[in-house]
This record gives sequence, C-alpha cells and structure tokens, in this order.
Amino acid sequence: MPYVTRRPVKLLVNCCLLMMLTTQITFADNDYVVTEAAEGIYFHQGINEDATKENKGEIANVGFIIGDDCIAVVDSGGSYLEGKSLLAAIRQKSDLPICYVINTHVHPDHVLGNAAFKDTKATFVGSAKLPDAMTAREDFYETKFKEILGSAYDHAEFIPPSQLVEVGESLTLDLGNRKLTLIAFPTAHTDHDLVVIDNNTKTLWTGDLLFVDRIPALDGSINGWLNAIAELNRMDFTTVIPGHGPVRHKDWKVALEKEKDYFMLIRQQIRAIISEMGTINQATDTVGLSEKNKWLMFDEYHKRNVTSAFTELEWE
Amino acid sequence: MGIGDKHMFINALRHLFWVVPFAFIFSNVALADTEKNEMWPVLKEIYFENKTILTDADDWLILEAPTRAEDAATVPLTIESRRPQTAERYIKNIHIIIDDNPDPYSANFHLNPTMEHVDLTFRMRFQKYSTIRAIAEMNDGTLHMVSRFVKASGGCSAPVQKDPAAVKARMGKMQIRMREPEIGHEVPVQVLISHPNYNGLQFDQKTRGYFPAHYVKTMSVDYAGQSLFNVDMGISFSEDPSVHFTFKPEAAGMLKATIIDSKDITYTLDKTI
Repeated sequence: MPYVTRRPVKLLVNCCLLMMLTTQITFADNDYVVTEAAEGIYFHQGINEDATKENKGEIANVGFIIGDDCIAVVDSGGSYLEGKSLLAAIRQKSDLPICYVINTHVHPDHVLGNAAFKDTKATFVGSAKLPDAMTAREDFYETKFKEILGSAYDHAEFIPPSQLVEVGESLTLDLGNRKLTLIAFPTAHTDHDLVVIDNNTKTLWTGDLLFVDRIPALDGSINGWLNAIAELNRMDFTTVIPGHGPVRHKDWKVALEKEKDYFMLIRQQIRAIISEMGTINQATDTVGLSEKNKWLMFDEYHKRNVTSAFTELEWE
Repeated sequence: MGIGDKHMFINALRHLFWVVPFAFIFSNVALADTEKNEMWPVLKEIYFENKTILTDADDWLILEAPTRAEDAATVPLTIESRRPQTAERYIKNIHIIIDDNPDPYSANFHLNPTMEHVDLTFRMRFQKYSTIRAIAEMNDGTLHMVSRFVKASGGCSAPVQKDPAAVKARMGKMQIRMREPEIGHEVPVQVLISHPNYNGLQFDQKTRGYFPAHYVKTMSVDYAGQSLFNVDMGISFSEDPSVHFTFKPEAAGMLKATIIDSKDITYTLDKTI
C-alpha cells in the first residue's frame, strides 16, 4: 500500500476503514501519501492548486531517496507542517539517518518544510545562487505565506544551503551504494535550479524544470529554460519525477516536449509583438491562448509567464 | 515635491499606523484581497496637505491597471487623457501613488502642451495588494484623481529580480523603440533602460547588509529641443524602467532621452527623425 500516515493510531483507523470499504476514496486530514517512483525513491505528489490553509501548501512533489547508509530529502514541502508529515513518512520507511536536505530552488512550496529537518543534523544542499535568492525573497514570502497558510506556516524558517553546487557544475552525494548527481543549471525556471539524478535507477528529479499537466511558471528566463529543456532532452532516464504532476517513465520526453512547445510558441508570439512595438498588455491579451486547454491552472499563471518573458525578450 | 525625501518619515509613520490593524489583517484572510484605503488619508495629508482632490475625472482620465498583479515585479500600468493638451488647459503633473508600497509616492510625470495626447504606459512593482492612484494636477492648479485596486499575485511571484546577473551584465544599456515615424503623424515610442532599480530593501547575502538604494531618478524626453515630458521616478518602478508615450513630430528633429539615476549617473540616447 503506497501510503504512509503520520500517526500509528491513524494507520489503525485507516486499516479499519479499509476493511469496511471496498475502495477508499479519501484519506483523513493528516494522512500523507508517498508513492515509490523507483526502488528506494519515494515522493508525495502535490495537488494542482495554489497554497491554501486547507491544502497546507502541499502542492509540489517532494520526497526522499534511501541509500544503504543514509537518506536524502529532495525538497521539504510547502509548509512546516508538510515538512513534519514528510519526516514522519520517511520514518515509516527507514530509521537510517537523514544526511541531506536538497532544495531544488527557493519557491515556498519546495522549501518551507526545511525547519522540520533541523534536528536531523542533515546538511542542506542547493545551488550556489540559492542563498541570495532566499534572502532576497524571504521577507516577502514570510509575510505572504503566513497569511496564506495560517498555522501550517508556524515554525517555518528559511534555512539556506551550506553545501553549494556551482552553476553549471555537478556534485556527487553518496548515500551508501547509491550515488546521486546534483546539477545546478543556469537561469531557467529560476536563477538557481538544481536537479537530482539517482544513478542506480536512472531516475531524474527535475525540480520545477519540468511541469506535467500543470502549467509551468516562469520566474527566471524563457531562453534559459528552453536551453535547460534541450539539455535534459539529450539525457537518458527510466523514471522522471517532475516538480509538479505525476511521475513519468518511458514517455517522459513527451511531457518535456509539451513544455518546450508551450515556451516556443509564446516566445515566438511575444517576439512578434515586441518587433511591432507592442506592449505587455497586448501580449498578455493575445499570446498563447491556443494552449489554454492543454494545461491546468492556465488562468493563474499564463499571463504572468508572458509578462516575465516579455521583459526578458525586449533585451534580445 | 521630491520623491524619497519623505520616505523615512512615511516609514516611521507606517510602523505606528500598522500596529493596530496588523493583528486583524493577519488573522483574517478574507480581508487580504479586499480593497482598503486606510493609508490614503495619511498619504493625502503628506503629499497634498489641505488641497481639495476631486474624483470627477473618470470620463476623461483613464487609469488602466490589471485587477490582479500577475507578476508582482512587473505590473503594467497606463494613464491616458482623453482631452488634448492645449495651451489654455493642460495637465501639468500626474502624481502616481501606490498606497501600500514601501514608498507610496511612485512617480510624478511633468507634462506640457507639446505632447498633445497624454498616453503613458509604465511598469511598477507591487509589494502587496494595493490601491493605485493617478492624480492629475491641471495648469490651473485643480487636482483630479482616478484610482484602481490591484489584487495580490498568486503563488510564488515576488517583487524581486528574476535574474540579477543578467541585469547587471547589461546595466545602463538604453533603447528608444519606435515605429517608422512620419512627420505630422502620431508615433508611439518606448524609452527603456536596463537598471536593477535597487529600492534599498534587497538584502545582500554576501555583505549581510542591504544593497544601497540605486534606482532611476528621472527620465526626460525632448524632441527638437522642446520637452515632451520628464518624470521623477520612485522606487516603485520595476527593474529595467520603461515608459511608452506617443507624440506627433511636426518637423524633422532629434528625439533625445536623458536618464539620471540616484548615484547621479547620466545615461542618454537619441534618434533623429
């Protein structure tokens, strides 16, 4: 059964429920489901919403990788509460020490659970540009996410990485017969994206370089993201865990192509508007509308993507 | 009225002002996205003292702002006057105020009848949901205000630089962008400069201090030696400040843009028509 609960009592309750019901449709409030994507690699799939008090910020894919000697966490969750749930889920699977908490980038849905791992003695790992991004945004995010998450935010801290991966370089972490390769990308989704590769199972953890089903959110560089997509496309994986949406296996490049098509289309249309002396408003009103039915949360993020890409492309 | 000189005072005032409502705002999300005007009476007193501000201009003074800040770092705004500027009656200044930004007084566009059609588009940062106001000060001294409420952006959008290294690399680069101009016809123009526009609130991890404020202070645009407009710019302007406007060249001449930043560095660019 691919789920883990935070409390043994709840587990019992759920077992009883399972016995009574042939199909279990919903979980109790504090059930936190993790799925095994590949051998020893577990993730919680975030729901396709923006963070709210009700979903406790559990909107991104976060999880952990278990080696023979220790465990690495990949993104800590969208609230302190999610960090605690993730920690409990880890402890359901293994008692090995947690050596690393890897943050793929600064966005709150990926880092707000960091403080839940403070007592584990784990080393926090991220792109060399993550600390700057964190300090630039933490005041703003703190104010905003206290408001959005309410008590789920309590005890959250912005903990910057102490082990850094230089942009354009890679770092190997050994979990015991399990080597992870971390690669820090130049500006793409953000200016400090980090991906995690498990060499044993050929699994790629993309952070937010790949969105499946949910519309990608641009907070870095459209040209850089397209470069990152091209780079990932040259690689070979059997399992890919995106930042948002379901895990992909053999067909993962289809999802990557879909993301690429979206950015190629809006880049081409925005460039045309810029060369015609158009404004951001003209671009947000007309660009990329044919993509609307292809993505979840299009209305929430598409205009923002166009705005962000526009201010970048007018300097080409 | 200068921009920035009252900044400290407002900040002090703001702290006092927020003590009571603070608790309510953070205990009630329903309040978070609804229009509020608590700051305005205070701001009005600071910037306009006891002058009368009329709210009778909705049919001719148009402020375009999105209902939601899609990208908190770049909110496109347009102020347009449907009345032509004439020697007898023209808008002398347009004050732009964003109530809940760190420095609410965001811009003062100085205008004259040379630019007949006032149609200005620019981009600003929104620190949170806020009312934005454009107050037209006429040549006879009367004040006319239009306002819009801009809701907060969703998700992870923050009013910070997306790619500081890229902006630093092209810092000071200017563009004057325009369609092929024709004498006697109105032509849309965009003046922009690549500049980080540090507002003094960005923390520098390396020095453990704040980046000193370093932002574009004024932009002046002349055609054939005559001023079209100049604008005092506050720290609300987005990085890479940009202003779109339209004007009608009546004869051949040179369009010249001069930008001065808060370190008194001057940047210029011109285009001959």
